[in-house]
Amino acid sequence: MAERSFAKEVQKLRMGAGETFHGEGILAITKALLENGVGYVGGYQGAPISHLMDVLADAQDILGELGVHFEASASEATAAAMLAASVHYPIRGAVTFKSTVGTNVASDALANLASGGVTGGALVIVGEDYGEGSSIMQERSHAFAMKSQIWLLDPRPNLPSIVETVRHGFELSEASNTPVMMQVRIRGCHVHGRFTASDNKRPGMSVRDALENPRRDTNRIVLPPASFLHEQEKINKRLPQAMDYIRKNNVNEFFGPDEAKVGIVLQGGMYNAVLRALQRIGLADIYGETKVPLYVLNCVYPLLTDEFLDFCAGKDAVLVVEEGQPDYIEQAFGSMLYKAGGTTKLIGKGPFPMAGEYTGQVMLDGIRTFLDEHGGGILPSKGRAPNTPLPTDSIQQLQTKVPMRPPGFCTGCPERPIFAATKLVEQELGKHHIASDIGCHLFSINAPFELGATTMGYGLGPASASAFNDKNAERRSISFVGDGGFWHNGLTSSVGNAVFNRNDGVIVIVDNYYSAATGGQDVLSSRADNRSKSTKHPIAKAVKGMGVEWVRQIDRTYDVGKLKATLKEALTTEESGPKVIIASSECMLNRQRREKPLKQAALKAGERVVRPRFGVDEDVCTGDHACMRLSGCPSLSVKQLDDPLRDDPVASIDQSCVGCGNCGEVADAAVLCPSFYRADLIQNPTSVDRFADRLRRKVIGWLKNRRERSRLVFAEN
Amino acid sequence: MTIHRLPDLPTDGVDATTSIIKIAILAVGGQGGGVLTDWVIDLAEHAGYRAQSTSVAGVAQRTGATIYYVEMTPDGGRDPVFSLSPAPGDVDILIAAELMEAGRAVMRGFVTPDRTTLIASAHRVLAVSEKIVPGDGRADSPGVTEAVAAAAHRLVCFDMEQVAVDAGSVISSSLFGALAGSGALPFEREAYEATIRRSGRGVEASLRAFNAACDLALAGGKTPAVAVPEAVKAEARDPEGPEALVSEWRALRSMVGDLPAPVQDMAGRGLRKVVDYQDLAYGRDYLDHLKRVIAIDDAAHEWRLSIEAAKYIANALVYDDIIRVADLKTRASREARLRREQGIGGDAIAHVTEYFHPRMQEICGTLPVRLGRWIENSPKVFGALDKVFNRGRRIRTDGIVGFGMLYGIATLKPARRRLLRHEVEMKHMAQWLETALSVRDINYDLAVEVLKCRRLIKGYSDTHERGLSKYRRVMDGLPMIRHREDAADWLRRLREAALLDEEGKALDGALKTIETL
Repeated sequence: MAERSFAKEVQKLRMGAGETFHGEGILAITKALLENGVGYVGGYQGAPISHLMDVLADAQDILGELGVHFEASASEATAAAMLAASVHYPIRGAVTFKSTVGTNVASDALANLASGGVTGGALVIVGEDYGEGSSIMQERSHAFAMKSQIWLLDPRPNLPSIVETVRHGFELSEASNTPVMMQVRIRGCHVHGRFTASDNKRPGMSVRDALENPRRDTNRIVLPPASFLHEQEKINKRLPQAMDYIRKNNVNEFFGPDEAKVGIVLQGGMYNAVLRALQRIGLADIYGETKVPLYVLNCVYPLLTDEFLDFCAGKDAVLVVEEGQPDYIEQAFGSMLYKAGGTTKLIGKGPFPMAGEYTGQVMLDGIRTFLDEHGGGILPSKGRAPNTPLPTDSIQQLQTKVPMRPPGFCTGCPERPIFAATKLVEQELGKHHIASDIGCHLFSINAPFELGATTMGYGLGPASASAFNDKNAERRSISFVGDGGFWHNGLTSSVGNAVFNRNDGVIVIVDNYYSAATGGQDVLSSRADNRSKSTKHPIAKAVKGMGVEWVRQIDRTYDVGKLKATLKEALTTEESGPKVIIASSECMLNRQRREKPLKQAALKAGERVVRPRFGVDEDVCTGDHACMRLSGCPSLSVKQLDDPLRDDPVASIDQSCVGCGNCGEVADAAVLCPSFYRADLIQNPTSVDRFADRLRRKVIGWLKNRRERSRLVFAEN
Repeated sequence: MTIHRLPDLPTDGVDATTSIIKIAILAVGGQGGGVLTDWVIDLAEHAGYRAQSTSVAGVAQRTGATIYYVEMTPDGGRDPVFSLSPAPGDVDILIAAELMEAGRAVMRGFVTPDRTTLIASAHRVLAVSEKIVPGDGRADSPGVTEAVAAAAHRLVCFDMEQVAVDAGSVISSSLFGALAGSGALPFEREAYEATIRRSGRGVEASLRAFNAACDLALAGGKTPAVAVPEAVKAEARDPEGPEALVSEWRALRSMVGDLPAPVQDMAGRGLRKVVDYQDLAYGRDYLDHLKRVIAIDDAAHEWRLSIEAAKYIANALVYDDIIRVADLKTRASREARLRREQGIGGDAIAHVTEYFHPRMQEICGTLPVRLGRWIENSPKVFGALDKVFNRGRRIRTDGIVGFGMLYGIATLKPARRRLLRHEVEMKHMAQWLETALSVRDINYDLAVEVLKCRRLIKGYSDTHERGLSKYRRVMDGLPMIRHREDAADWLRRLREAALLDEEGKALDGALKTIETL
């Protein structure tokens, strides 16, 4: 069950021609796929296109009605390989994943696909995870397109442009027998806007038709001598075809006056940011009417020499707005100009920084600098003036005061106790080399746990500890991998590798029943019933099947004591070979989403419902905060008591507590203080509950009275 | 409510985006920034505006800082080109769902004095780094409030979280209310309400929070002054109990009136704490200890030494042992507070589980002096008993057996003075007081600082031992600095360093520094 349900929104996918579609970018992409007669769709979740996968999953009925096959692929490589269906058959296919990490994983399949070429349109929609809010290394997808000869589209980030670009993607792919990539940036995926819909189209050929009428062509298979032929074909046939399509169909756009001394060439995705800078300088209005000519590259690879040189004609200088590095586009334009003996000045990196996101300020500064130096007086007087200075003194004052807020584990997260246990084991056995992986569990690297030395890629946690395999060492490595990473490729790359190479390290598989970090999608070992997927395949079985002898399954991660003991055993046992601990408890976000409505229904129906919540006795707590150093839970915080006898703020648990148990377990396992308690509110109590309660109150009440009659009782503050 | 004018924008006309209203929303992941964004879009579109929103979710949804961005402009029949992200110096309205996020917005340049209406909730969601400090690691809220006020064109700042909780809603509702009340958007209050109604979920609670926050914002963000009845403060009230004990208490309490006036408040509180912990005789001991300090103190020093002594002698006497915990957990007042804090009615049934993990050390401390010491000195016996006793225990204090057990332990209270822990604690207190008094004549301020070092000793079991060892290490530093004129300052620095981190790395560093003095 995904974190966000699009069940309501996907109804918009049924809209017909002329209706106005309102919604997010990802929803518009889905609609565009259907309008273009896509035959099959696949992909792997990950920001920023996680929600695209969720939309597709929630839209399965609509896809089914149109005869469109949808698959949640096992990995990006699987997704890219799926496009093989378009090699011999005229079926349009689309897959999606995040880039560049997903593209890295998919690169083997992508390269093979690009070599043989396609018959049906093949579209790879990559969520470009670059800039603010990105969770990965900062790289560009552009290099992938160039090395494999995949055409790369980068639409202007508004819904009509994105929808139009999907159409171009399929047609360009078919016109040049080449797979096409469309990159959408984080904000483009989540932009809320509108476009005019067209009717959905059934695929001309369905996967069923293809399956029943198989075709093959040896020349399309990547093996010599065909592979040598492919290389020639890419350059001599497909590239000119692609350029021809791009030129004839005006994939790239021109804005502004024909005659000007300067112009700007930009990636489509940069359009709104460039426009905003021009608007602020006073060189464009809010509808995009600009005084500076713009050449917008909705297709950033391949580039058209003639189009570019035409744009340069009569201009003294042209600015290239190309985000990130290396500056592939600028280099290409430079080469074109040089070869053509052009005299137009090419400006790009210089006014713009080589590395880093083109934020509003960077864009404004870059364009202003360019126009100031090369604009020949086009820059209005205000645009030439320096910025109004910001109140720097208060900013400096704040820099020392505002704390960083890195992401961390959610309230009640079942992964928190795993790392609390690890921290406690390290306190006892000393520091270990810890390899981390991708997923929510990576938050262990931040305070308060500060565990983990590297992260090398999804499902590669244990693989990244594989060098630490020395039988004479006195310590073992510990590595983490999530259930998502495990099924993505950890089973073979990490676990299988450890078995084969007789690695003695400890592998902790963090199983929270979902691919939780990407929004709670189901995986093979999910315990939920899934209408269209096969779930409930235990990780332990897979691990044993791989040949691991030492396997421990822990079914309640909140049992910190047990986890600590199991980890300690794994680190000290005489047994050789990998020690695998599978720590399983359901992601609390998903669990709450699942259980809350059920509990509310049960409450209404008069059934007995227990509401657990933790609390802290403020007069018992002494304000050392040792509990927080083993928690970091958002619901566990500190408060200042109104008591001058107390110096430090005491622990306090707010109403958002879900009663997961970590506080109590940690207090016990780490021998902290007795200030934590759990209060279970019994709602709709049974007659047995009521009887027991009456009896207890009587006895306890009598005892309390007895004592308080003989002592002084002070009023609470 | 009348339509409000936008905050003054640049009027020289070159900026083409003056007709675009730019709103950034900064929140902590999980605060419902997405809901608020959707409301603003709905509000704008129903008022005949074209609007666009974007967000950066990703991992930020997991308790990290998140940002949403909205632009809108009156519908001119064509699609405007909006920006997808806020730019420094170019934001009209900034909504921060938490105080430090408001600070972060200012640092990023999204709040500028020429145009930005800042709507910020004054409450804090503490960052992990603030919570894990052994002392007080909380950021300086007043300082941040001051800085953000200076950076904003207009500031609407009050505790919007509290407003939401009071209305049984979430902060997105009260932020929306504050936005309406700020008048920064050209829409009627009714239009906002209609948006909430259209959203269809938890409408009544949302409207309550919305209206409360809107009214507060209209009133300038000030909570209307509620007349607080001149109740007698709890600490000034006499306790309840047997007549004889109460009159004896009054006699003891009246002795506080004879102390120097500046000391009386703290001494009154200390006395109350000590008597509540043990008995009236213990209270007399407390006053005796305190009078020793007062005797060598004087008004010229504003009685600072005595005030600290009044505070820390009480804390030293009220050491945390099993008996105290058992006593606190079995009081009637404890149950009342638990029910109040957890929102559990007096009649509702609640099961309460306590988490205990007493070690053999704590058990020994609760034994008579000689027996306890004998066990401590016999490793074999200690180890064997440790195996039996040293484990976690879950005790149901709503149950007769669990409550009875703690109740039984609490009845050991009269015997406390004969137990091993008491002897240890009193010896320690005597040394500490002695140390402070011994430097009094050389350096008055240093004596005050020595008393304050008592703050380092807190907690139970391991935590207590860690505190004690830090205290010792700080005190070990004393001979190195006691001759210095600025000794008090150095001791304060050592103490503050000790409270910075768990392992005492900062303290190690500080000790190294004084070695080189």
